[in-house]
Amino acid sequence: MPGKVLIVIPCYNEEASLPILLPELLSTKLPNGYELNAVIINDCSKDNTVAVAKNYDVTVLDLPVNLGIGGAVQTGIRYARDNNYDLAMQLDGDGQHPPKELAKLIRYHDETGVNVVIGSRFLEKEGFQSSFTRRLGIQYFHWLNRFLTGQAIYDSTSGFRLFDRKAIALAAASYPDEYPEPESLVVFSKAGLKVAEVAVVMAARQGGQSSIRSFGSLYYCIKVTLAMFFSFIRKP
Amino acid sequence: MLRIQFITIAVNILFVLYISRLIIKGKLREEYAIVWVMCTLFLLLFSFWTDGLELLRKLTGVVVAANLVFTGFIFAILVYLLHLSVVASKLYNDNKKLGQEISLLKEQFNKHLEDKKS
Repeated sequence: MPGKVLIVIPCYNEEASLPILLPELLSTKLPNGYELNAVIINDCSKDNTVAVAKNYDVTVLDLPVNLGIGGAVQTGIRYARDNNYDLAMQLDGDGQHPPKELAKLIRYHDETGVNVVIGSRFLEKEGFQSSFTRRLGIQYFHWLNRFLTGQAIYDSTSGFRLFDRKAIALAAASYPDEYPEPESLVVFSKAGLKVAEVAVVMAARQGGQSSIRSFGSLYYCIKVTLAMFFSFIRKP
Repeated sequence: MLRIQFITIAVNILFVLYISRLIIKGKLREEYAIVWVMCTLFLLLFSFWTDGLELLRKLTGVVVAANLVFTGFIFAILVYLLHLSVVASKLYNDNKKLGQEISLLKEQFNKHLEDKKS
């Protein structure tokens, strides 16, 4: 039975990359008869992200205050829950996640039935691999995650993700705000959801700036470590 | 009465009046005013009862009375700051929910308008 997939695209100042990403996304054919819809969440961009997005056949959710990546993604997930979608997939607005890779995540989900599928850069050494220090940080979170959840997720900071109905319901109710990716994995596994990774090829960002820049990376590590620890001891 | 007693009592009364004014004008919610009113009452008590501090000092075993005052008030301020952080966190969460809700409603509203037009 064919289902509905919502592509959740959090955007902050992405007027440059959306005209490249959206046509490619909307012409993407999904496997197993899935129907594709996309929602753009504009997190108070200072450029013309909304106007650019409205040129395409996508839903635009315009946040009145800047919520950060976690709050923006959660808005899209809530939209998916309210509109009865079978799957929600997060795709970053900067073009790092090529739409043609969506099919891999969906196929994996359909074959195995896991609740959350993560597109990983590191299972195969192909495509954009990001800088040395960033990979060091990702390695650290891999071990921390393994320690806390017992699941071996290599690319725990990847924002290229698929959520099934159970994961949508959970994330719509509670999703971390700042730097949500590694922390949400702890939340998912505490709730008994299955998380798995598939290899994807990522591109370097086509425009915009990473939310994690050099001076903030230490803060990032400390904040996420604390958040993961407290998510771990919190009752689900 | 000593001169210093007059000064502290006068400052205290002015402070209470200012807090009352803020509450009356709706600029300060009563639940946040409680701690300030309590502090003022506490100061007022020891402005009148000057031997009280000496008694507390002996009871707690602190050598210099001033240190007891500093320790007590710094601790109270820390607790109140923590309380304010809790308030800020709650406000953040409420704001987030409101923002998400508004964006979802706006989308529904626009869709409804378009449906009506066509």
